[in-house]
Amino acid sequence: MVDVVRHDVVIVGGGGAGLRAAIAVVEADPTASVALVSKVYPMRSHTVSAEGGAAAVARADDSLEMHGYDTVKGSDFLGDQDVIQYFVEEAPKELSQLERWGCPFSRNEDGTVSTRAFGGMTTKRTWYATDKIGFHMLHALFQTSMKYDNIVRLDEHFVTKLLVEDGQCGGVAALDVRTGEMKAILGRSVILCTGGGGKVWPFTTNGNIKTGDGMALAYREGVPLKDMEFVQYHPTGLPGTGILITEATRGEGGYLINSEGERFLTTRDYGVGTKAELGPRDMISRAIMLEVRAGRGIKVPGKVGEYAHLDLRHLGEEIIDSRLPFVRELSRTYANVDPVHEPIPIRPVLHYMMGGVDVDIDGKANLDGLYAAGETACVSLNGANRLGSNSLTECLVFGARAGQHAIAQSKDTSEIAESKLVAQADAEGGRIADLRGKKAGSETISGVRETLNDIMEEGTGVYRDQTRMAKAVTDLAALRARYDAISLSDTSKVFNTEILAMMELRNLLDVAETVATGAVNRKESRGAHACEDFPDRDDENYLHHSLVYREESGTRFDTKPVTLGKWEPVLRSY
Amino acid sequence: MANQQTKTIVVTRFDPDVDEVPKTQEYEIPVEADWKVLDALNYIKDHVDPTLSHRWSCRMAVCGSCGMNVNGVPKLTCKQALSDYGDRVEVQPLANFPVVRDLVVEVDGFMEKFKKVKPWIIEAKEAAVTEGTNRQSHAELMDFKQFSMCINCMLCYSACPVVSNEPDFLGPAAIALGHRYNQDTRDHGSAERNEIFRDDGGVFSCSYANECAEVCPKSVDPSGGIQQAKLNNVLDWAQGFVVRRGEN
Ligand SMILES: Cc1cc2nc3c(=O)[nH]c(=O)nc-3n(C[C@H](O)[C@H](O)[C@H](O)COP(=O)(O)OP(=O)(O)OC[C@H]3O[C@@H](n4cnc5c(N)ncnc54)[C@H](O)[C@@H]3O)c2cc1C
Ligand code: SF4
Ligand code: FES
Repeated sequence: MVDVVRHDVVIVGGGGAGLRAAIAVVEADPTASVALVSKVYPMRSHTVSAEGGAAAVARADDSLEMHGYDTVKGSDFLGDQDVIQYFVEEAPKELSQLERWGCPFSRNEDGTVSTRAFGGMTTKRTWYATDKIGFHMLHALFQTSMKYDNIVRLDEHFVTKLLVEDGQCGGVAALDVRTGEMKAILGRSVILCTGGGGKVWPFTTNGNIKTGDGMALAYREGVPLKDMEFVQYHPTGLPGTGILITEATRGEGGYLINSEGERFLTTRDYGVGTKAELGPRDMISRAIMLEVRAGRGIKVPGKVGEYAHLDLRHLGEEIIDSRLPFVRELSRTYANVDPVHEPIPIRPVLHYMMGGVDVDIDGKANLDGLYAAGETACVSLNGANRLGSNSLTECLVFGARAGQHAIAQSKDTSEIAESKLVAQADAEGGRIADLRGKKAGSETISGVRETLNDIMEEGTGVYRDQTRMAKAVTDLAALRARYDAISLSDTSKVFNTEILAMMELRNLLDVAETVATGAVNRKESRGAHACEDFPDRDDENYLHHSLVYREESGTRFDTKPVTLGKWEPVLRSY
Repeated sequence: MANQQTKTIVVTRFDPDVDEVPKTQEYEIPVEADWKVLDALNYIKDHVDPTLSHRWSCRMAVCGSCGMNVNGVPKLTCKQALSDYGDRVEVQPLANFPVVRDLVVEVDGFMEKFKKVKPWIIEAKEAAVTEGTNRQSHAELMDFKQFSMCINCMLCYSACPVVSNEPDFLGPAAIALGHRYNQDTRDHGSAERNEIFRDDGGVFSCSYANECAEVCPKSVDPSGGIQQAKLNNVLDWAQGFVVRRGEN
């Protein structure tokens, strides 16, 4: 039989959202015990890579109203306005809390926290720590979490299944990577904080671990995923590796330049108006693609395609070193370019998933006992396009709220039949034991993953059309058979990363299916979903959220209304 | 391709299920001019031998997962260019840690050392969030900023001669982290941390070999941090001595 551990709340994920949720639980109830389960040590979570900053109103020339409207407009009116209202109110409190927990924010002359400009934000409201906010936020949260003995970490435990009985989620089955043993980690509520799934696409700012696991775990239990067709392409990734060059480069005054040396966002009409380089990401990524199509891309030999230049030279060495030192390090190490002297080659790159597990404002999913927060959730803050620097704050605001609600609910939940949950984990352990070193057909993990990446780049890129999206849906279905024909070679129980990659690939396939299904069903262009055959937004027919369910017979598509409020949808222009 | 080249990557392999002791395995693979050492390992994993185990994630030198000894020197493999080496490149797990499998080492001991130095803000009194943020000047920030840049990659432990002789030594990164909080104007916990620093395995175990500062990929200068922490402890102790004498 599997090992059984019991806690009040089980949190899956030790990134920004998971750590914040864990602290919220034990602060709400100092007697509560939390299992913090993570497939990597928490400080390796991909929150660590965030560069630019986190948004919250801080200055006298700003207001909650302005942050709210910027977010609504950025979302192309698909964000839920009650959620956005709550978010902008809580944001300053959460970032102040983070400051008190030791995050080394950059400072103004008078010692107050400094803010910088970011895309789609009308004024400076992005709190930053040079260009490493994610790293500092993650480490401050992780280190703070160590002071609570009742946050019990299960590091390098890979969750493979939610344990659900009688319509109630009562824990998770997790593989201890170190020993290869399965554990049943039981709790009265479970919070998924597993981050996004950028590895569905070939060219991404996301790290190797971002495989959409939590979305897939929920989806396989019949929980709907929401607005999955909306994925954000960041305008400035390094060609080849996809490593991010932060939007803060433009916040500090950087320019985007085409092969003719032209600052095209100011000389041509791409809908960003006087915001120019500080327009929202969806519009700027499209502008770069159109420049390349018009023959004004910069060509390089090799496999990386055409791109544009990000020019920081006019900022000077002092600004670059004091505000953007990591950008300089990354450009030198991974593009062989020193931004003080040369422009940086960049191109749009898959960055962030607006969609995720459908949750309400408390973080609760459509399954009793299950919550989600952070990038893996879709609380409908970001709608059809996220504004840069809103998502780290989202991890804090909704991580905290999910934690508070999860512990409150766990007290009034009745006991679920523990033996049944344990039996499920046991069966899952057997399934994984059978998978180790399994011989099937001639397929390989990397071969299937590459095909998946190609399908999704072709079908769900910056620009899309019905034919290509529909083809992605059929091609993905066919790819399932190839997945089943993968043969594995590693039979060891100890730190078997092949089996992890196999399970991650299954999650990627599930997530990809929901993205493509959401995409074909939306015959309009809104935010990041740009259909060439339906170039306009269509509020009459599509001002709704998309839901994708997994059922026995296959995927089922449904919709649900957007929560509007004081801001009526108007044409989005800047 | 014209610039296609091959290299032999010599990797330490160890599977506790079957091996008594570690062995090496050689892989001759095609490499690209702009590859990092990690790209070679990932190529092996994807195309040659899927049983190879190594850790990595961000591939941008910030998550701290991918530290290994390359030709005997601790390196972040996602940052270290493969072209800096000749035709044979040896990749081994970090030294001074028990090996779990292949290139994967045991991290729990390191995490426990971290927790020992109380790496969180200890406030004089708990303040409500409604009180907003603290003020801190740029100069005050600079007093500790460098020591807050540690990505926990553990290269310094692999390089440190004291860690190898005295496994209980807190070690460079953990001391630098404790020192980071001591230097932070928002913190009031230095008395507690200095007690830990003065204990066995604390700052006075350091022999100032300075190897840690040399291998650190993030210019944290843990060695400098340890020397500062030593000095603060001597001062603290001397002051305490004066105060105690005064009390008599
Ligand atoms: C390069 C980059 C730069 C960015 N910059 C910014 C920025 O400046 N501002 C901003 O607001 N946003 C930024 N973002 C977005 C933001 O960083 C992310 O959306 C956010 O950090 C996600 O945090 P999270 O806690 O939801 O997930 P993550 O930090 O990704 O953490 C996920 C956690 O879940 C765990 N996990 C996953 N699957 C499993 C499983 N099966 N079993 C067990 N554990 C599992 C992982 O181990 C990890 O601990 C950036 C994103 C990237 C990629
Ligand atoms: S001090 Fe430097 S070498 Fe040591 S763990 Fe931190 S970043 Fe790595
Ligand atoms: S993979 Fe993250 S530091 Fe190398």
